[in-house]
Amino acid sequence: MSNTDVNSNPILAVHDLHKTFGSLVAARDINVSVPSQQTVGVIGANGAGKTTFINMITGHLTPSKGNILFEGRDITGMPSREITKIGISRSFQVAQIFPSMTVFDNMCVAAAIARTAGGVLSNMTTPVRSEAAIAEAEATIGLFQIDKYRGATASTLPQGVRKLLDIGMAVVGWPRLLLLDEPTSGISIEEKFDLMQVVMSALKSRKITVLFVEHDMDIVSRFADRVLAFYDGTVIADGTAEQALGDPQVQELITGVKLKTAAGAHA
Amino acid sequence: MTMVGRHHLVGGLMFLIAAAAAPALPEWVVSLATIAFANALVVLGLVVLWRVGLVSFGQALYYCIGAYTVALTARWAGVTDAFLLVLLGGIGAGVVAFLVGFLLARYREIFFAMLSLALSMILYGVLVKTESLGSTDGFTISTPTFLGYAPHREELGLSLYWLTLAVDAIGAILVGAYFRSVSGSLAAPIRDNEIRVEFLGVSVTRIIHVKVAIAGILGGFGGALAALSIGHVDPNMAYWTTSGGFVFVTILAGAGSVAAAFVGSLAFEALRSFAYDVMPSLWQMTLGSVLLLTILFLPDGLGSLAARLRRRGEANTP
Repeated sequence: MSNTDVNSNPILAVHDLHKTFGSLVAARDINVSVPSQQTVGVIGANGAGKTTFINMITGHLTPSKGNILFEGRDITGMPSREITKIGISRSFQVAQIFPSMTVFDNMCVAAAIARTAGGVLSNMTTPVRSEAAIAEAEATIGLFQIDKYRGATASTLPQGVRKLLDIGMAVVGWPRLLLLDEPTSGISIEEKFDLMQVVMSALKSRKITVLFVEHDMDIVSRFADRVLAFYDGTVIADGTAEQALGDPQVQELITGVKLKTAAGAHA
Repeated sequence: MTMVGRHHLVGGLMFLIAAAAAPALPEWVVSLATIAFANALVVLGLVVLWRVGLVSFGQALYYCIGAYTVALTARWAGVTDAFLLVLLGGIGAGVVAFLVGFLLARYREIFFAMLSLALSMILYGVLVKTESLGSTDGFTISTPTFLGYAPHREELGLSLYWLTLAVDAIGAILVGAYFRSVSGSLAAPIRDNEIRVEFLGVSVTRIIHVKVAIAGILGGFGGALAALSIGHVDPNMAYWTTSGGFVFVTILAGAGSVAAAFVGSLAFEALRSFAYDVMPSLWQMTLGSVLLLTILFLPDGLGSLAARLRRRGEANTP
């Protein structure tokens, strides 16, 4: 597979990205190009810069240097709301849902916002329960297989369903690029695979390009077409799951699979 | 029939009954109801804010601006037409609400409440110090006309009552439509989780700014109608106890429905005049007790009674 080849028309292209917080370097020299519909796993120890990377793409953080192109358009430093509008969505490590509302209402609000594109006036003149928004909400609830929780108040949902709802709300507006920050965190080992199976087949059916942060290497090798390994703010390996997870540096610094025979080789 | 359709039908019937009954009622009842229905607009504005989790302890700011806009336009420009005066009152308060909204929309909870209180007290302070506007005594508004028609006494009271009802009906329909819109429906999501709303592509600050402006416009219309009905304005219309009264009615009414604001406001005015009549020295204590009982036994306000009855009705139908 030649997934890492620089695509002539990447959906996401990141050049020479840097982020510093005072003297702390959270990201440096990041150069990544992602072709459309690829599923990219992002791995790395805590503090390696994975979430900083995601936060820069979604506009939550402004890079100190470098630029980010989405479908050829420079989105560096754009506010997160605008980035959402042009087709990049994200889900969160801790599911961000509306706990006092039902699953359907959660989804319907998300669908309605996506349809009005967040404009002040169109938000005031468009009913939240338009036929189109309802249809979109129902379709997405079906796609993520949470139909039986449709009328349940979100605060009562099991952890896995919360995650599915959170991701569903990010997907209901048909984004082209989705960033998942630890989709399986807080989920038991038995449930993880089923959850990812549902998520990934839903995203495939909508032809969404995915970047997902994950700590479980079994899940990464099972679902990622390509793996980006982060260490100390930069990408130390980029290739197929097999290549990246087989990389001695990755094994030493991130996965810890092999004994540290090369200890001290990399400071 | 859809839920919305049924609500409109019931609301329209209540409105027609309220309008048709007036000529048969004693003058003091009509005048009490006029004030109650004018104040209900301010309460409706508070409901808009309440739904997003915000309480304004300074809604009298817009009430007072609406009232003084009417009084000053009548005094300086010699305008007597009630329709024009009321419209200007609503617009005047709306402009102020839009401007202070840039500041207020960035605050939440107690900070929002206190900041709105502070703004209203600034206006109170300015009015009290302004001798040319009658200082603490305020001043009287000349008798309004209605497109050339100049009613007197009882007819004037009825005309103002019907005008108030008409403005209420328009306000109720528009606010009802707003509650069903995306912007209106974002109240609960914003209360629950602002981060998620932002990441869905909506500016929470802008939505709250819109709500502050709507509440201000409604407050202005309420103040304008009340000023015409009383025939007099004074700085107490901006005082914090006036704002507190509106919050009281909002708690009594609940944020569940548009109609509750009107029923709650009428109940409050009736209760106040009843308490004042029966126990002139203890009327505030009576009001306080009612507030306490409401919070204890009807935390979602009078509006929740209707919802409770409806649910019971649905449970009984097989």
